[in-house]
Amino acid sequence: MLGLDRRDLTLFIVVLLLALFAPFLLNPFPADSALAQFNAGYPDLMQRFVIFGIFAIGFNILFGLTGYLSFGHAAFLGVGSYAGVWMMKLLTMNVIPAILISVLFAGLLSLLIGWISLRRSGIYFAILTLAFAQMCYALAYSVLTPITGGETGLQLNLDDPRILGVSQTAEGNIPVPHLFGLEMNQTWDLAMGGWEFTFSAGYYLAAVVMLASFYLAIRLFRSPFGMMLRAVKSNQQRMNYTGLNSRPYTLAAFVISGMYAGLAGGLMVSMDPLAGAERMIWTASGEVVLMTILGGAGTLIGPVLGAGLIKYLENILSKINKGVLEQWFAFMPDGIDSFLVTIVYPFVGKGWHLTLGIIFMLVVIFLPGGLVEGAQRIGRLFRRERKPAAPEDPEHHPKPQPHVGE
Amino acid sequence: MGILEVKDVNKNFGGLKALSDVNLSVRENSVHAIIGPNGAGKSTLLNCLVGKLIPDTGSVMFDGQSVLGRKPHEINQMGISRVFQTPEIFGDLTVFENVMIPCFASRDGAFRMHAYEHMMQEDDIVETAERMLADVKMLDKRHMHAASLSRGDKRRLEMAMCLVQRPQLLLLDEPTAGMSRADTNNTIDLLKEIRDKRDITMVIIEHDMHVVFSLAERITVLAQGTPLVEDTPENIKGHPKVREAYLGEAA
Amino acid sequence: MDVIILQILNGLDKGSAYALIALGLTLIFGTLGVVNFAHGALFMLGAFCAVTLNRLLTLSFTTVDETRTDFLGNPAKVETPYVEAWFGPEVGGWMIEWSVPLAILFAIPIMAIIGLVMERGLIKHFYKRPHADQILVTFGLAIVLQEIIKFYYGANPIPTPAPDAFKGSFDFGVLLGFDPLTIMYPYWRLVYFLFAMVVIGAVFAFLQFTTFGMVVRAGMADRETVGLLGINIDRRFTIMFAIAAIVAGLAGVMYTPILSPNYHMGMDFLVLSFVVVVVGGMGSLPGAVLSGFLLGILQSFASMPQVIAVLPGINQIIIYLVAIVILLTRPRGLMGRKGVMEE
Repeated sequence: MLGLDRRDLTLFIVVLLLALFAPFLLNPFPADSALAQFNAGYPDLMQRFVIFGIFAIGFNILFGLTGYLSFGHAAFLGVGSYAGVWMMKLLTMNVIPAILISVLFAGLLSLLIGWISLRRSGIYFAILTLAFAQMCYALAYSVLTPITGGETGLQLNLDDPRILGVSQTAEGNIPVPHLFGLEMNQTWDLAMGGWEFTFSAGYYLAAVVMLASFYLAIRLFRSPFGMMLRAVKSNQQRMNYTGLNSRPYTLAAFVISGMYAGLAGGLMVSMDPLAGAERMIWTASGEVVLMTILGGAGTLIGPVLGAGLIKYLENILSKINKGVLEQWFAFMPDGIDSFLVTIVYPFVGKGWHLTLGIIFMLVVIFLPGGLVEGAQRIGRLFRRERKPAAPEDPEHHPKPQPHVGE
Repeated sequence: MGILEVKDVNKNFGGLKALSDVNLSVRENSVHAIIGPNGAGKSTLLNCLVGKLIPDTGSVMFDGQSVLGRKPHEINQMGISRVFQTPEIFGDLTVFENVMIPCFASRDGAFRMHAYEHMMQEDDIVETAERMLADVKMLDKRHMHAASLSRGDKRRLEMAMCLVQRPQLLLLDEPTAGMSRADTNNTIDLLKEIRDKRDITMVIIEHDMHVVFSLAERITVLAQGTPLVEDTPENIKGHPKVREAYLGEAA
Repeated sequence: MDVIILQILNGLDKGSAYALIALGLTLIFGTLGVVNFAHGALFMLGAFCAVTLNRLLTLSFTTVDETRTDFLGNPAKVETPYVEAWFGPEVGGWMIEWSVPLAILFAIPIMAIIGLVMERGLIKHFYKRPHADQILVTFGLAIVLQEIIKFYYGANPIPTPAPDAFKGSFDFGVLLGFDPLTIMYPYWRLVYFLFAMVVIGAVFAFLQFTTFGMVVRAGMADRETVGLLGINIDRRFTIMFAIAAIVAGLAGVMYTPILSPNYHMGMDFLVLSFVVVVVGGMGSLPGAVLSGFLLGILQSFASMPQVIAVLPGINQIIIYLVAIVILLTRPRGLMGRKGVMEE
């Protein structure tokens, strides 16, 4: 069905169900319980899950398949964001044109940067993309202020000359991004017993786009084109002596992944119409690398998992402050509780990056294939007990070791 | 007029003369071996044929067209395939995919985006690849990672990858280097089979005289960057110049 | 003419920092073959060594001075640093004032230990892994290190002054026969430049004139052969890593009066230092130093108002622009050797 084989279809349906029921699944704790702070089922965070999922899926098409490590993908996300906001300023608050223009601009920029950077491989490619992205960031921050809003960022104003639409609503507010009238910040609440679930229009739009991107990524992974990209990673020399030109393949992968980043940027501004230069800084590029590696580069589901995990940790851990910790450990004897608070405190709240850094290092050291490899290892442990390990279908488990394309 | 014509090729590396005035003519559908002691310029010559190196002077014509200045993938598209000294295969891919890639390259050229089709639905290519794998007796290993194959199997796979493209000219760079005697004999049998079954020209660079004399129809002896003699294996065996350059040095 | 000299001088201090960090980076890359994204963090740790020493020296106890009163009329509380109490106000005061140069002595053992622990504990296991893995794990380490610093020292920059003797500027132009006050140059920047030259000279001399250095240079050229000679090259490389860490740390220590240290200064410098290394040529020590100064001076020229008027924003992007051009035209960098990071 859908041109997928059975395993891919199962995977796709699982992701589909997860995305559909995310508002339930991410809110497993009653709203007034002590554990409610681990709930992630609020629109803002769910939107970020799927949007960064798209970003990471796209990055994985480049890094996971070809092995070219780009340290500048945030530039495409940033450019997509700016283009999207401008579309809303000038044309209409409907998100479709904004998203389309985001993808287009990110695609053009990635074509330019990719065309130049792909002349080199390995570490040099990483440095080139890094240099380009930092240039974009510096320019957006300084000279291009009329276009980008500089330090304050680009946002909607009350006097935007919106051609198809109004500059202000009747109440004198800035209009809200919408999809043919369905406003993106619209939500419906559902209370069931002690649980509260929120369904947001914006989330579902983003989720649908994510599913479409995920579907495309599966098709691409299983296509001859995807096989060629893996061939680039595996052995460029043999590729050339087989009569294939690796440059167009890598460039196509680069542009596709840049367009995914632009799509993520466009969705971001559709949910919250403002764009800032800090989205393009190189640590933001580093973040998508973290997501992809953490989940499992070169696997289909890995980047989505990685994006979800990082965004979840970011939100949940950074909300935990000293007070919360003291509450948790209050049942412990005196002395021990304050000791535990002191131990745990550096890893939460503002220090959540420390946790992230440690998790990331552990994954790179012990699980180069990311969470997916971890799951496979655990699965293999169980399988071994029941029956001898079934011959792995390597098509579904591309070798999880990431390489720089060289 | 041979299918491959090398004329007055010179190549210097700094002050070192790697090739000087090399002339070579390879007849169509023959097996031509190039032998010579270490440092004779065999590999340099081969690299000039496939576009990895560009000679300083001279010309290399394949089937009436110059190969000079073309990139490796363009030369392959002209009908030249190459087997490397250490097998160059796609280690991360399965054996089957390894053979599919050259099929795509022969059908679609240097680049085509099939970003949406499922590769298993390319019936004709799947069929060609399977037939090729059956030919080299590796069909049962089709789902294995190429990197996990034995050295001999890697060599067979690499040959399969080259042959599936039905090249006019197959270049082999020491195809039995580092192989056990049994693997070497298998490889010789495979090459003989290829020679007898297909209309293909082969140029073999080889150290192992056993391999050379069991396969080649003509032999060129290269020494210090220049061809000494070119003749049939029978004549080469007793040629005094060859003994001097080759055996004299070895002794 | 005076403008040009002024810009060159202005570029020297940044260039010195770039050169020192890049020197360590390229040393690690050339010897261990590891791409160390945590090198900027070492620079930052060095800067915080200076901060720490300053804090240690100013640790004080409080006494009540009955003879004076504070603005509320209560007896004044006087903070006396322990060092002043122990060594007398003369020596103690001098130590506090000179805390930044003193931190050099303090930083060397600390950075050496950090370097050793890093190499033995982490980097060692990544020699055989792909460069991407090395980049990623050291990137993770850099995040961890800077978060630890952020936790203990806060997110705000911590001003760490130079000794009074080096505060202010001197009139460099007069020395060269220009009008007074045309070329004013802060003393500390000159100190930094000279310091950098000494450190660079020491590293080069060490590599050039000691047998240890000779082995390391041989190892950089051909690791396997040197290993075959029965020389324990690994231990030497560990020491080289520690030396690179010390160089980066010292660069950080002395940079504190120029830039108040903050936890993310390492990351800021890291990106630029990588560009410097690539421009100089991966694995080339003279290349790293040369391109460090070159890019520092270039950046200073690009920051001139006259240049910005013509090419707005050029000061922000000049280094990246140069890197892109160099990488595309001379893939091995200015002085790169063949065979480094190539297929």
